[in-house]
Amino acid sequence: MSTEHWLGLITGVLFGLLLQQGRILRYEKQLGAMLLRDMTIFKFMLSAVVVGMIGITLLAQTGQISYGHKALNLGALLVGGAIFGVGWAIAGFCPGTAVGAVAEGRWHALFAILGMVIGAALFAEIYPTLQSTVLAWKDFGKVGLAELLGISPWVVVAVFAGVSFGAFYLFEKLGV
Amino acid sequence: MQEPNSPWWRPYAAGALLGLVAIASAWATTRWLGKTTYLGASTTFVRAAGFLEQTVVPDHVAQNAYFAKEKVRVEWQFMLLVGVFIGALIGAVLDRSFRWESVPPLWQERFGPSVGKRGLAALLGGIVMMIGARMADGCTSGNGLSGLMQMSASGFLVLPVFFGVGLLTAMLLYRRRTSA
Repeated sequence: MSTEHWLGLITGVLFGLLLQQGRILRYEKQLGAMLLRDMTIFKFMLSAVVVGMIGITLLAQTGQISYGHKALNLGALLVGGAIFGVGWAIAGFCPGTAVGAVAEGRWHALFAILGMVIGAALFAEIYPTLQSTVLAWKDFGKVGLAELLGISPWVVVAVFAGVSFGAFYLFEKLGV
Repeated sequence: MQEPNSPWWRPYAAGALLGLVAIASAWATTRWLGKTTYLGASTTFVRAAGFLEQTVVPDHVAQNAYFAKEKVRVEWQFMLLVGVFIGALIGAVLDRSFRWESVPPLWQERFGPSVGKRGLAALLGGIVMMIGARMADGCTSGNGLSGLMQMSASGFLVLPVFFGVGLLTAMLLYRRRTSA
């Protein structure tokens, strides 16, 4: 195995361990959030983003790493995002958590994994058609929110952290 | 309830630690691979599909524009998902939360104990979800976690769409049947 493989594997082990320890590898947690009964996945995700955002911004602003933004392509994000949402609610797992769920013994997630492999194969077939239709609608390019708004990235970090802590307070108060 | 004693801070602590892992990973991939690489999951399913198709129709895979774009090979993210499986297994064994489950309890309450019914739904959900993820160029990991951490405009737009449509779909699936 190369350095690339080892780095991916080690990072993945930590990622999987934390997903499992955060208790988000459960159908009940995923659907619980969508039914507004159990906000565990939001507590986990927003905590990760607040911490990650600070470090990533610091490293990127000092030129030690580069951003890897995805394109702000309206057709791709709105249509693709909506299709993803429907599938996520029906499957009850997102791609990464489906893999982790099987490792926790929730073997029914294998059906979702098989479906996702089939879905990827189907996507490869329709890709050329999408390129000239949905994906060609309106693309604003690979852009960060701070530069799009013309503000300091630290303002975004501060607002995001503030909103997240407000949400955490609300979740704990409501007991969800 | 499987874990009545799970401490309230558990998801926050695990999430915050994942934030540190994501920072370390961005730094390490830049340092040793020469390109900043962010956590993601869904592209791996394209490569897995490519590997499987190669065994039957190799020429077709070679000619496909999308497989050419994403490159059918075992790379960093593929190993990341292998690691996710191993890490989750280690955690589940260590804290004894590993449990064979063929139908999720919540699903069973609403749709019954049929493994076939659950399996079919998960399969169809998986197909739909992956088509959407590839169209949006990322799932809840790549577009959600990593997108927001980098403050990508795309992440701020797509995550509410993911969740909003997920919520509507879940509400429809689990709406109470009104008694006549």
